[in-house]
Amino acid sequence: MILKKQGLGVFLALALAGPVHAETVFVTLEKDNALAVVDPITRKLTKTVPIGQRPRGIALSPDNKLLYIATSDDNTIKIIDAETLKELGKLPSGDDPETFALNPAGDKIYVSNEDDSLVTVIDIAKKKVIKQIKVGVEPEGITVSPDNKWLISASETTNMVHWIDTKTNTIIENTLVDPRPRAVGFTADSQQLWVTSEMAGTLMILDTKTQQIIKTIKFEVSGVTADKIQPVGVVIDKDSNRGYVALGPANRVAVINGKTFEVEKTLLVGQRVWNLAFSPDQKRLYTTNGTSNDISIIDLENQTVTKSVGVGNYPWGVVVKP
Amino acid sequence: MQSNNTAFHGLISFLLIFLLLNASLVCAKPKQQINIAYLSQEQAIPPQLSSWDPFIKNKGIIGAELGIDDDNTTGEFTGQQFNLKTFIAPLEGAVTDTFNKEISSKFQYVVVNLPAVQLNQLSDLPAAKKMLLFDVATVDDALRNEQCRRNVLHLLPSRAMRADALAQYMMKKRWTKWFLIIGQAQEDRLFADAIKRSAKRFGMNIVAEKTWEHTYDARRTIQSDVAVFTQTDDDYDVLVVADEQGQFGDYLDYRTWIPRPVIGTQGLIATPWHKTHEQWGAVQIQNRFKEKAGRWMEEPDYAAYLAVRAIGEAATRTNANKLNTVKDYMLSDAFALNGYTGNPLSFRSWDGQLRQPVLLVAPRSLVAVAPIEGFLHPKTELDTLGYDQPESQCKWDK
Repeated sequence: MILKKQGLGVFLALALAGPVHAETVFVTLEKDNALAVVDPITRKLTKTVPIGQRPRGIALSPDNKLLYIATSDDNTIKIIDAETLKELGKLPSGDDPETFALNPAGDKIYVSNEDDSLVTVIDIAKKKVIKQIKVGVEPEGITVSPDNKWLISASETTNMVHWIDTKTNTIIENTLVDPRPRAVGFTADSQQLWVTSEMAGTLMILDTKTQQIIKTIKFEVSGVTADKIQPVGVVIDKDSNRGYVALGPANRVAVINGKTFEVEKTLLVGQRVWNLAFSPDQKRLYTTNGTSNDISIIDLENQTVTKSVGVGNYPWGVVVKP
Repeated sequence: MQSNNTAFHGLISFLLIFLLLNASLVCAKPKQQINIAYLSQEQAIPPQLSSWDPFIKNKGIIGAELGIDDDNTTGEFTGQQFNLKTFIAPLEGAVTDTFNKEISSKFQYVVVNLPAVQLNQLSDLPAAKKMLLFDVATVDDALRNEQCRRNVLHLLPSRAMRADALAQYMMKKRWTKWFLIIGQAQEDRLFADAIKRSAKRFGMNIVAEKTWEHTYDARRTIQSDVAVFTQTDDDYDVLVVADEQGQFGDYLDYRTWIPRPVIGTQGLIATPWHKTHEQWGAVQIQNRFKEKAGRWMEEPDYAAYLAVRAIGEAATRTNANKLNTVKDYMLSDAFALNGYTGNPLSFRSWDGQLRQPVLLVAPRSLVAVAPIEGFLHPKTELDTLGYDQPESQCKWDK
């Protein structure tokens, strides 16, 4: 009886001390053919589940119930139950899907087919390809504006950002950008598009109205040679106060002031940092570090890296479920 | 009647609008045309050294074709059309004839896959003065120095750039004592000269130097010959071989008197491109090339790809097809070409050499990429490879 009571006490204490913002971090592991599940509050890898060949791009449905994971070597995008992590179905992604974007409504997926210079538009409910859009050579970065007006595809070798009307699925405008554009991300108000260039080591801010570059930021890190600074993933907070750019083999995340476009600081994370995701309350940022096989957790209130969690071989994509 | 008339007027105005619309469609801006010639010559099939390295007839062409595909994908969005026409001079013919007949006054951009002597002949022709020639075959340092021509750009790294890449890596490994073995071909002596220049530049010590003699004496075998040949008075760290045709260099490894690695034209080699290279998106172009060619991409393919892409990149950025505009941009600081080797590529304004990293590779593994970390330069580390501006003998007036 005493034991039981104690047990209950411990349980209650744990429950009360427990985090208010329970969230789950999902990380695709390119070389383990698996999905890592991390509890960022206890800062522990909770489990690793086999998911398919060479998983890379990952997205969470707006209702937080489904995960979409591009398993590149299976040539498909898998639909996974975000609770049970069981496979529910497959989407016809075209060959070698790597990066893809989910629209805000969560009913369409847009896939970059890098080897075929195509963007494939998929109706999720019907599991059907609606259209394939011819874009530049080696399309990579892809995103849909929060207002659902624009689909953006960046082609790495054509050095272009394609502005595609989501209603007609046709290209309206093309903007030439710095060499090897990698990732693209809109501000929450859809007014700006942020584009990273892997080869020039730059971030370009484009105005959605004119589709022109309004600012180019060249990254420099003391003690790191310019060729190691290869900007990849980019995210911007909901009020456009700050944006964050993963600098690849420079092993740092740059913090950019969203109003002045100054680089405020760079934060040392794991090796070859590629993709980034906010916690739902935007108080933390998670980074996938490809060659150090871990994720870094950044406390955004203090702008410090608080912990790295080993997850498996070649962590690639990351999403956070509330 | 009245109503009929209105209907008639309505029809007329509808027709007028229709015609106007149609006219505007017909008058849609024609695509800007950029014409590129590719010039090479039939080759006699050389004696086969090994059955697993077959002679490749179309080295270079497929690279140019892949470049045109990429240029035109971009061109679809910029209103530019890139056209590639291939000219192969017959084995016994003169390339200058093909050039004068087929290319002069028709093309401004010519990708040339020919040896140094013929390249020089072509670039001195009157018609060539109003052209830009892209050399995708030579590695001669003389062509980038005292024999340089204003209308030629060189896509492949020169022998000096390759030797410097090797020397930088040897310096990092502290393998500073070299034993140099030179073949009998003129090219081998030029490679040896580049090696000697790099040795001096990076403080390497050439402790011994020998010329490889080919004999047909049946009593002598490779197994016994190499062991005897590689005995020296002084100890050395690496054996540096200069054998560009691959006559004997592959027989040195594992047969030397003392156990020492082989570098140079065999063993650890310096090259702009290799099948073992997969970083910086290289795996994507390796796949695209293999799908098109059914083989791996060779040096002239890579060079021809870069030449055609350089034209595309400069034409797209300047929205022009005129030679002067395109050339000025190509030689400016703004020009940055993706070569899938990390750093953006550009041309050296003082000799027309493409500024590029050099891969150091063993047959099945990428060992390092030069410039090696730590070799610094005030402008760009890429200029630690080959002839830098102050050393250049190119005077641009030829």
